[in-house]
Amino acid sequence: MLRKFKEFVIEKLILLCGIASVIFVALIFVFLLKEGLSVFKFVRIGEFLAGRSWYPISEPAQLGILPLILGSLWVTFGAAVISVPIGLGCAVYIAEIAPGRTKEVLKGGIELLAAIPSVVLGFIGMVTLVPLVKNVFHLSTGLTGLSGSIILAFMAMPTIVSIAEDALYAVPKSYKEGAFALGATHWQTIWRVLLPAASSGIVAAVMLGIGRVIGETMAVMMITGNSAVIPRGLLEPLRTLTATIAAEMGEAVVGSEHYFALFAIGIILFIISFAINVTADLFLHKHK
Amino acid sequence: MAGILVALLMLILGTNDALAGSKISALQIKGSDTMVNLGQAWAERYMEEHPDAFIAVTGGGSGTGMASLISGTCDIAMSSRNIKQKEIDQANAKGRSPVEVKVALDGIAVVVHPKNAVGKLTLDQLADIFSGRIANWKQVGGADAKIVILSREVNSGTHVYFKEHVLRKNDPGLKTEFAPDALMLSSSQAIADEVAGNPSAIGYYGMGYISPRQKVIAVAKDEKSEYIEPTIDNVVKNLYPISRPLYFYFNNECQGLAKEFIDFALSPEGQAIVKETDFVPIK
Repeated sequence: MLRKFKEFVIEKLILLCGIASVIFVALIFVFLLKEGLSVFKFVRIGEFLAGRSWYPISEPAQLGILPLILGSLWVTFGAAVISVPIGLGCAVYIAEIAPGRTKEVLKGGIELLAAIPSVVLGFIGMVTLVPLVKNVFHLSTGLTGLSGSIILAFMAMPTIVSIAEDALYAVPKSYKEGAFALGATHWQTIWRVLLPAASSGIVAAVMLGIGRVIGETMAVMMITGNSAVIPRGLLEPLRTLTATIAAEMGEAVVGSEHYFALFAIGIILFIISFAINVTADLFLHKHK
Repeated sequence: MAGILVALLMLILGTNDALAGSKISALQIKGSDTMVNLGQAWAERYMEEHPDAFIAVTGGGSGTGMASLISGTCDIAMSSRNIKQKEIDQANAKGRSPVEVKVALDGIAVVVHPKNAVGKLTLDQLADIFSGRIANWKQVGGADAKIVILSREVNSGTHVYFKEHVLRKNDPGLKTEFAPDALMLSSSQAIADEVAGNPSAIGYYGMGYISPRQKVIAVAKDEKSEYIEPTIDNVVKNLYPISRPLYFYFNNECQGLAKEFIDFALSPEGQAIVKETDFVPIK
């Protein structure tokens, strides 16, 4: 009797743990929606999404987040352009070419890169990268989207490399042997056989890397300059969605349109990263 | 199993009893990041003199402090700006009415790179520079270079003060904003570093941050007035045009330790600490 009771209690406890994460996500989303949608009592959805001025504490407040959306997209685009080729190259090298010892050292290095806190990367970027970008491109300031993209590329790399490497590793050995047997060189095998065979995993790697970039806050806040202007390129200061929430939440009057607007920005971010993760998931499970 | 529970319960109750029995009284102070150092200096000295008092000081921004005061999670809110009507309404709705005490003054220094030829500006010129109407240093007597505007984030009381008193010249009818391409930096230290490394930058921060790595601009109310440097003397005598009061807010019903602490802050000893932490005493 007691045994059965114990079994029952433990089972239910584990069930609770299992569904806890789903409950938390649902609660967070409900809270976000409840707080964020209130902003549309003050501003029309079109004005909010396409407005070009972000002056949240003025009277009346101007709550246009187009510069912030474009800021986030530009930085993410820049980071992807830098991190995807390097990350994939690194993954191919680790999975296919590197001899045993080099492979271990490289993998360890990548894992270490993932372990560096973003505020530390931001600080290093502020001290070293920002003056460098300023001098190389002869700009009036080095606090630009490019500086942010470079630092974010460092953060996306570990995700991209480790998942892409797993994908390459999972390609059946017979594919490779078949290619060699047909007289293909090592490079031809990698380019024509292994990469296409691992493509879904590689796309997932890239998407998850991008997901990491778009949600990153601290480093971009420290080095992108945070000007809420519509960016025309990466060599200008820009302001991202995440940095806006982080920088302004502390001071927003609870219950004001500014406060609700920051939650609405949270909804937008939630939707973007949700879409990215779902896409990655679809690709990851495509062949399974 | 039940035994453990009972023991736990007794432990919790017991600790509560012990706390209630002792004479330790606690005070929560929260708010402006500008004032955290000052608040902590006061709290430390006060606790040295009154070992039975416990005072916790945390930052987070003036608005954070106000929000905590309204929700009742802190006893005193530190603020580098006046309370807003909306916040008063919210407090009233909860049956609280915040009271304001001026505890110190802070001068806001406008700084440029040491190599910049410009050394003095009028308030009008500052307003034009920070709102983007003057975009090149040669328009105010400097080299031919684009002006890089550095501002604090909107969560900073300093940002709000600078906008209302310099950009909008204390006129609530004016709608002047910071230039959209102004760089928003998250700390006074970040502004200090960027100004020190960028010959075409201009920024502002509290007087406590002044260092030889930046050049302080002398400011005049208008072209006919004298150009004044932000020094403690000039702020006390109200000569320097960009200085602001720092406040404590508390709920009217709160008495006892909170009141004693505020009295301490306003005492000659408390005001001496103000000077030690690079702010300006009110007397």
